[in-house]
Amino acid sequence: MKIAVCISCVPDTTSKINFTENNTEFNKEGIQFIINPNDEFGLTKAIFIKEQNQAEVIVVSVGESSIESVLRKALAIGADSAIRIDNKAKDSICVAKNLSSYLAENKFDLIIMGKESADYNGGIVHGIVAENIGMQFVNACVGLEISDDSYIIEREMEGGTEKVKIKSPVIIAGQKGLVEEKDLKIPNMRGIMQARSKPLNVLESENFDFIQSIEFNKPSENKECVFIDEENVAELVKILNEKEKVL
Amino acid sequence: MKILVFAENWDGIFKKSSFEAVSYSRELAEQNNYELITLCFNNVSEEELNKLSKYGSSIVITTNPIDKVDSISMSKMISDLTIQHDIKLFIFSSTYSSKMFAPRLSAKLNSSIFTNVVELPSSLNPLKLKKKVFSSKAFEIAKSSSEKNIIMLHPNSYGVKEFSSDLKLSELTTESNTEIEIINIKKSSGKVNLSEADIVVSAGRGMKGPENWDLIEELANCLNAATACSKPVSDIGWRPHSEHVGQTGKTVAPNLYFAIGISGAIQHLAGVNSSKVMVAINTDPEASFFKAAHYGIVGDAFDVVPKLIEEIKNIKN
Repeated sequence: MKIAVCISCVPDTTSKINFTENNTEFNKEGIQFIINPNDEFGLTKAIFIKEQNQAEVIVVSVGESSIESVLRKALAIGADSAIRIDNKAKDSICVAKNLSSYLAENKFDLIIMGKESADYNGGIVHGIVAENIGMQFVNACVGLEISDDSYIIEREMEGGTEKVKIKSPVIIAGQKGLVEEKDLKIPNMRGIMQARSKPLNVLESENFDFIQSIEFNKPSENKECVFIDEENVAELVKILNEKEKVL
Repeated sequence: MKILVFAENWDGIFKKSSFEAVSYSRELAEQNNYELITLCFNNVSEEELNKLSKYGSSIVITTNPIDKVDSISMSKMISDLTIQHDIKLFIFSSTYSSKMFAPRLSAKLNSSIFTNVVELPSSLNPLKLKKKVFSSKAFEIAKSSSEKNIIMLHPNSYGVKEFSSDLKLSELTTESNTEIEIINIKKSSGKVNLSEADIVVSAGRGMKGPENWDLIEELANCLNAATACSKPVSDIGWRPHSEHVGQTGKTVAPNLYFAIGISGAIQHLAGVNSSKVMVAINTDPEASFFKAAHYGIVGDAFDVVPKLIEEIKNIKN
């Protein structure tokens, strides 16, 4: 069985977000890039499947050469090879179209992505790819089991979860719950050594101009916090009710 | 020109997010003299359907329901409608199902798609929109180069507005030929939906253990609020993952957010900082949540929350 795990390389979640070039570009200076957290759950799930079912796991990412260290980490975690589609990855449609070209030419039984990336939060790449390559697709997955030639997939929805059965192949978009946080794979020394000699191939890309980014800005800073004495909870309730009118 | 808005229902009931999408679309249509078409499933009662008119729907197309997990049938149905009606702009609330079918639809139509949109467009030709990025740590202004566009609204960002209009109904029959077999659905009963709740009561490790969540649930109940939690609390299994708010969980934007025993890591704040009013309750006066909160009480949740419940019950009676 062949599994593709599409990953996005995003700023570490503790990063302070700043912009440069007159607020038109994200300021990467001093930023540590990581595997997008939602994708990391998917990657770990793929490695679990590989351990049980002899699968081949290929990580695929659209990005510039700076993301290769993140791809090496994915290889150290246990992926067999990596593909970097060389592109600035400026928006979701551009990323999705480039991924679609690769995923249409190379057949996979299962394609795993994260529900959304921690930077641009689009959450649309998987759906666009699914349409472009004509596959079924389930979002917000919190469970995945293989059952013969089908997958049993559990997804989150408003007010609950739903379990469905879909024939292979399928695209799923995972999140926390697909595997537990405590079970996330961390690279060990042997994995890191092996990752150095695993294949990382670079493919050419195309550019698409559906969306143009104009500028970024940050939410205005909050005023000082108004402290209320713990013996005076009634005052807080009065403020929330009469002044803020939110109760 | 025509705009299409999908008013999603859950077991025959529309939610606030559906009305928000309808009133957003109506205001946009009125400002620009566009025709607005509302699409919904025909599993709703007449009384429920009439609610749509209060938020601005007039031409409503109803169709037989499609399994929401079946994004292929959903996107095909909307795409077929597009051909009949020459629709150029689509408005969806960001729900679990629209996040599956809307990107598919954009690929079918070769359109642009904008997610986490928080305001009406600042221009229509070209379409210019403001959207949330970096888990609410920033906004991006983006412009479309396409003739067709899909706007996905961030819940609780525009709000609901009332308009007066009369409903004109027409029916459509849709074929759905799904290859997806639904095995079961598990519902978390009677809870307020976290993403669109007006008030969220959220708690962290300061609650010391899952057995103490009765207090949080009681406060939430008397406020008709949704309950939420911090990442460590869902990681150690005190609360379900679906309650985790923050950068790697859900992003919420309620009118009022209570952070009880949550220190306020940057990843947590990112998921909640669009809330209109934030109240922090923490024993540690240095907790970083106090830097983000509008109101704060330094004190033990086990003392403060019961008083809060009592005072809220007083004003509610």
